[in-house]
Amino acid sequence: MIALARRRTELGLILLGALVTAGAYALAALGRTATLPADIGPFLVMVLALLVTAHLATRRFAPGADGLLLPLAALLNGIGYVFIARLDEAKADPSGLAGLQSVWTALGVGAYIVTLLVVRRARDLARLRYSFLLLGVALLLLPLVPVVGQTVNGARIWVALGPVGFQPGEFGKIALAVFFAGYLVENREALGLRALDLRELAPVLVAWGISLVVMFFERDLGSSLLFFALFVVLLWVATGRALYLGLGGALFAGGAFLAYRVFNHVQERVATWYPFWELPPDPTGDGFQITQSWFAMAWGGIGGTGLGLGNPQRIPVVETDFIFAAIGEELGLFGTTAIIVGFLLLASSGLRVAARTEDPFDKLLATGLTTLLAIQAFIIMAGVTKLLPLTGVTLPFVSYGGSSLLGNYVLLALLVRISDDAARRRGELPEPRARRWRRSATAPDPADAP
Amino acid sequence: MNQRIAKLGMGLLVCYLALFAMVNYVQVAHAPSLNTDPLNTRALVRDFDRPRGQILSADGVVLAESLPAPEGDRFEFQRVYPTGDLFAHTTGFLNFNFGADGAERAFNDDLAGQTTELEFQSVSDLFVDRERVGDVTLTLRADVQEAARNALGQQRGSVAAVDPRTGAVLALWSFPSFDPNALSTHDQAAADANRAALDPASQQSPIIPAAYRKSFFPGSTFKVVTGAIGVEGFGVTDAQPAYPSEEEFDIDFTEDELSNFGGSTCGGALFDILRVSCNSAFAHMGVETIGEAGMIEGAERFGFNERPPFDLPAAATSTFPTDFADDEGNGPLARASIGQGNVSATPLQMAMVVGALAGDGAVMVPHVLDRVTDDRGEVVRTFEPSVMTQAVSPATAATMREAMVGVVESGSGQAGAIDGFVVGGKTGTAQLGTSPPSSHAWFVAFAGRPGEPPAVAVAVIVEAQPGVSEVTGGRVAAPIARAVMEAALG
Repeated sequence: MIALARRRTELGLILLGALVTAGAYALAALGRTATLPADIGPFLVMVLALLVTAHLATRRFAPGADGLLLPLAALLNGIGYVFIARLDEAKADPSGLAGLQSVWTALGVGAYIVTLLVVRRARDLARLRYSFLLLGVALLLLPLVPVVGQTVNGARIWVALGPVGFQPGEFGKIALAVFFAGYLVENREALGLRALDLRELAPVLVAWGISLVVMFFERDLGSSLLFFALFVVLLWVATGRALYLGLGGALFAGGAFLAYRVFNHVQERVATWYPFWELPPDPTGDGFQITQSWFAMAWGGIGGTGLGLGNPQRIPVVETDFIFAAIGEELGLFGTTAIIVGFLLLASSGLRVAARTEDPFDKLLATGLTTLLAIQAFIIMAGVTKLLPLTGVTLPFVSYGGSSLLGNYVLLALLVRISDDAARRRGELPEPRARRWRRSATAPDPADAP
Repeated sequence: MNQRIAKLGMGLLVCYLALFAMVNYVQVAHAPSLNTDPLNTRALVRDFDRPRGQILSADGVVLAESLPAPEGDRFEFQRVYPTGDLFAHTTGFLNFNFGADGAERAFNDDLAGQTTELEFQSVSDLFVDRERVGDVTLTLRADVQEAARNALGQQRGSVAAVDPRTGAVLALWSFPSFDPNALSTHDQAAADANRAALDPASQQSPIIPAAYRKSFFPGSTFKVVTGAIGVEGFGVTDAQPAYPSEEEFDIDFTEDELSNFGGSTCGGALFDILRVSCNSAFAHMGVETIGEAGMIEGAERFGFNERPPFDLPAAATSTFPTDFADDEGNGPLARASIGQGNVSATPLQMAMVVGALAGDGAVMVPHVLDRVTDDRGEVVRTFEPSVMTQAVSPATAATMREAMVGVVESGSGQAGAIDGFVVGGKTGTAQLGTSPPSSHAWFVAFAGRPGEPPAVAVAVIVEAQPGVSEVTGGRVAAPIARAVMEAALG
């Protein structure tokens, strides 16, 4: 019964999210041109169709899952889409980003459903941990391969396969989270109890090495910080040794200091950041982007200018890394607070999933995935507001970007899967109903296979 | 592990709270300073996309208004100046790239509706959508301004007319002027070219409102200041002292004496020496009767050496020397006493000086703002007249008025007389050079109905006239002052 109530809650919240998205879409068009968009009807139908499909898939394949995860992601995705469409339309020469983003959203929902279908029990992934390690490392290093690897805006994090470009790191981070969870479940007793020796330190050093490679060769500080934070947090949660937190922090600080000494662009980011409570010293040069970001958010003030009534298109790359500032301008402090609270709720839902499940692998994987999501969102929001030096990563679900959307929907599906598993084990799912569902399924459940 | 997951959650919460604090800092606490940062063009863009209040003359002529921009324009509204060059130095212009000047700049917040008075007049205003821009009514009168333009004609020069009772500016005209429409077009290439054509870096550029931003030797018009200082604190009256009748004032260490105009011989008491503008006698008064300290203090009480608190931007400071070197003898002070040497005054400053003598001795704060009204015509702000400095006592002012009336009745300023009105004035000829000889022709005056306080004070300068003769001011500048005063009194 609890499971059914969760699904009803989910459906209600999804409908609400769809209405908010469609309403915002209409307001943005009203703000820009004083007329309702011609496609508001089809738009609402599209949003509803996508979200209801995702909901029905959850109802069918993960009926006991947490009811907040999908609606929160859908709402963030919807608000992001409205801004991407509104920013693209403001351009003299629209580049069709909105159309692409709607395709990516549809593919993202597809990836969510496929993940739920394929991964019937998250802990089965633990057996494949070393495959995931290889996959993760390969995906992370792929941009360094000549010919396919591309450098965009100074960071070598893109891979071009023919006409399709993507950021493999968005998937690599999930693969690494799976590996870390699997590895730590296997070794956490040893890591937690024995005195430190080099063998126990090895995984920390490997993770540090990976993050250094990302930092030095791909010049992607944000992702580097993200991977390392993921591993250190998981190590600490698994073993309970605060020592790892300190060690990890020290190692990262060392790496960051080295990068600061070696790379001009790191020095430039720091010089642009500090003092963080003032405009950057070179507001028309290196500090132009962050200055425009501050101007946009300040102009929004508490209530915002209203959708379609601001000028956020002045911020370079506003659709991806700086979309939070655009939200700040047009929706004001209310809007930025809503996004912050949205990610907090998403993080707390993810950690609740981790806390509820009893399987250690599931627990660590849910913790890792939630950490990825929450820290990535924090890194970019802090960068855009100048709380931290800017490191370019996408704002999950909100920013424009196919790899990011697909990767985050896969991540979401894994959390949903783990939470459904936990509900099943706790007996929150009416067993007869589950059997009836299984009988009617045409393919045998992989979980039942030998 | 759950315990640590909870701790992780707390850690994330702390991170997000810091983020929330930062967002509040940027969007609320620090926002006012960011919104007004010179690099931030958002306010400008907003102002260009909204209607802006009108600028009106005191007699109701529209000097600047916002009209819907033609289809395809960069912005929604185009600023238009229907009177062309007539009020350009007062209204200024409004350009997206090189900014605004004049009233457009000084009263930007009123015109754009950004003052709190305009934004929130009552709680119900929060729920009513209307354009909360302010209309700015100036004290300048289009008829007086036009009289000034017509009378000055194609001669380089300036006219400043004020109401001596309030300090309200009635006319502020300088020739050449410029067309603010040409600088306010949204076709930036055209606006840039039009501005370049005005040669804005040059001291002679028509873009400079010479009437309040350029200062000149005041020449003999400054003798009313010297005379007033003498009457106020140094025992000068209509009868004494009687200065010696001579051709020139003997300057120390030099054969280059300070001579009277045209080599004439003059002398006597205040009324006589003012009437004929006697250089040697006023040099005696400044050097011997008043002295260095008295002249400096007296000039500063007339507003010299202090930037006037004018409500248009960047008014020039009129100056009187504050340091007379002992080793140069009496020459510098003697020349300063007759408005030469290192004395400089804007036409507006001389109008303020005459305004003080026409009133009860107080220099009023000069201003062009009369009132700001909202879109329903209700007054939200008015300028309250106030005293800038008490230059002399009312009795001294009355004595000086009598002396100046003599100048117009029987002295060098007879061309300034108006039938049926009491007019007092003082001519001036400020020497510029000797080869070829040229000078600025000045006339400062006040006028009013008999038995009433004067209603207008005016300063006229016609720059760089050929020749050096005291009759130049009376011949060239006095008729212009007369035309302007007639318009103001009519």
